[in-house]
Amino acid sequence: MTMIFGVPLPALLGQLFLGIINGSFYAILSLGLAVIFGLLRVINFAHGAQYMLGAFAAYLLLAYTGIGFWPALVIAPLVVAAVSAVIERTMLSRLYDLDHLYGLLFTFGLALIIEGSFRWYFGAAGQPYSGPQILSGGTNLGFMFLPNYRGFVVVASIVICLAVWLLIEKTRLGAYLRAATENPQLVQAFGVNVPLLLTLTYALGAGLAALAGVLAAPIYQVSPLMGSNLIIIVFAVVVIGGMGSIGGAIVTGYMLGILEGLTKVFYPEASNIVVFVIMAIVLMLRPAGLFGKEV
Amino acid sequence: MTSLTQSGPARPEDKAATAAHDRQKNLSRIGLVVAVIAIIGLIAAPFFVYPVFVMTVLCFALFATAFNLLLGYTGLLSFGHAAFFGGAAYFTAHAAKVWGWEPLSAILLGAAGAGLMGLVVGFVAIRRQGIYFAMVTLALSQMVYFIFLQAPFTHGEDGIQNVPRGDLLGLVDLNRPLNIYYFVLLIFLVGFFAVWRIVNSPFGHVLQAIRENENRAISLGYRVERYKLAAFVMSATIAGLAGGTKVIVLQIATLTDVAWQMSGEVVLMTLLGGMGTIFGPSIGATLVITMQNYFATSDVPVTVIVGVIFVLCVLLFRRGIVGEAIRLMKR
Repeated sequence: MTMIFGVPLPALLGQLFLGIINGSFYAILSLGLAVIFGLLRVINFAHGAQYMLGAFAAYLLLAYTGIGFWPALVIAPLVVAAVSAVIERTMLSRLYDLDHLYGLLFTFGLALIIEGSFRWYFGAAGQPYSGPQILSGGTNLGFMFLPNYRGFVVVASIVICLAVWLLIEKTRLGAYLRAATENPQLVQAFGVNVPLLLTLTYALGAGLAALAGVLAAPIYQVSPLMGSNLIIIVFAVVVIGGMGSIGGAIVTGYMLGILEGLTKVFYPEASNIVVFVIMAIVLMLRPAGLFGKEV
Repeated sequence: MTSLTQSGPARPEDKAATAAHDRQKNLSRIGLVVAVIAIIGLIAAPFFVYPVFVMTVLCFALFATAFNLLLGYTGLLSFGHAAFFGGAAYFTAHAAKVWGWEPLSAILLGAAGAGLMGLVVGFVAIRRQGIYFAMVTLALSQMVYFIFLQAPFTHGEDGIQNVPRGDLLGLVDLNRPLNIYYFVLLIFLVGFFAVWRIVNSPFGHVLQAIRENENRAISLGYRVERYKLAAFVMSATIAGLAGGTKVIVLQIATLTDVAWQMSGEVVLMTLLGGMGTIFGPSIGATLVITMQNYFATSDVPVTVIVGVIFVLCVLLFRRGIVGEAIRLMKR
């Protein structure tokens, strides 16, 4: 058997691949956070809860109406985005003129409410959710066994990230969005409905989180607390990448997922903390983050 | 105070300044009265209320007061203060149980350990400001959580249980309810007075200047980074004092003490009571702990209620209870 640094090659590749999967979720989630932060200047603490809501929406759709994975992939993010839009309109939008910390505290409270009530209603245990039939089974790549669904998740996450990046960098809507990030008053004066833009942005970010949740449902179990620990890692990812750049958030997400996977092979005890250690190192060397601009 | 010596008619702005000064004086007089009543009440409390409950409240009140030194007076939102509270809890528990230390020295060891952790975390975190500071402290405290989860001396999910209360300085048996109560009250008062003293010192005024306008403080020649780090370490140390004391009271140190939910709770206590007020955090802590006790036996999930209070505070009640009271009195 081929060995690399004393580790059998299949084990190494297996962990590397798990790392890429985790990285896919980090990338989508930190992308959503960066999009929201870019325009609203709000750190969306409820992002983990919205991710969980996405997974639960898919699970409930299947359990109560028999609607399967593919429709859920569209319906669940739309539902979560709509709910989030209402929350933004009625509550979060009142906080924009205040210190940004209030946005963080508000969404923190929101996360507690959502996760607490789901935990109360459904219990803390995970519920299994089966993925699409067509992607069951796996493919033997010769050097490792690849479950089809997981391969699909990696491809899907890359497509999603690219699509959002294109939306923001190349379309007219994205141009409004970037302009409003620079100077909301001026954009408003040009006749663009900035408050609507803010609502749409929050809905987009929340919808992305929910989409990640649906994708995650067949891999991890659907549980009320699935997002709460993940979100803190994603915060660290965002700090490492620097909030300023959409591309930076995506790249950092994948990179850290892979690094985490590799740590599991070589020094498993540290795999929980490797992201945070890297964050501390990056902060010492480049406080603005790898892709961030010094403000 | 030129207006007092001038014989001519006082100018309006002087009058306003004097009025504001008088009001300030009135407020601090009211504060003093409140403090005296509170101390008398606390001395009498164990005869009327279950002492362990009051002691728990006192520990969390001290924790929130220490936290307020950062959030209320320096303008830094640390979202990872559980690391210091819970870290100290583990250190104290280990010293008292495994090494058989006397309780006061075990608590002081916990506080010192928390201060040291605060130095490391603060050194990294103050490199970013505002909202990033909150995220960095949260992430670092999560790292501390995982370290404590895996370190053998914390016994993972079980925590350190049955920590002996011991004899204070080898003389006073802390297993007797009144003895431990007055010991905890004394620690609370010392910690509370320390924070009050820090806030009202020249150093504390520099902290408040940083809160109001960091760039101006820099341009006035203050080494803002050092002040922030010093405030962070002080806050962490006093939070550690609270965490260590909590272990001697409840005789257990667990992962709950270092988890991020705990960091959120102390933010809520401070916000609810009134950040930047000296009594606010204690009042907030009393309410939150009472509420948790009250709902613990009911069917209603506590997390949801905590979340609702959070949202309401942020949307409608940002000054907190004491902040609103001060505003009403100033009118």
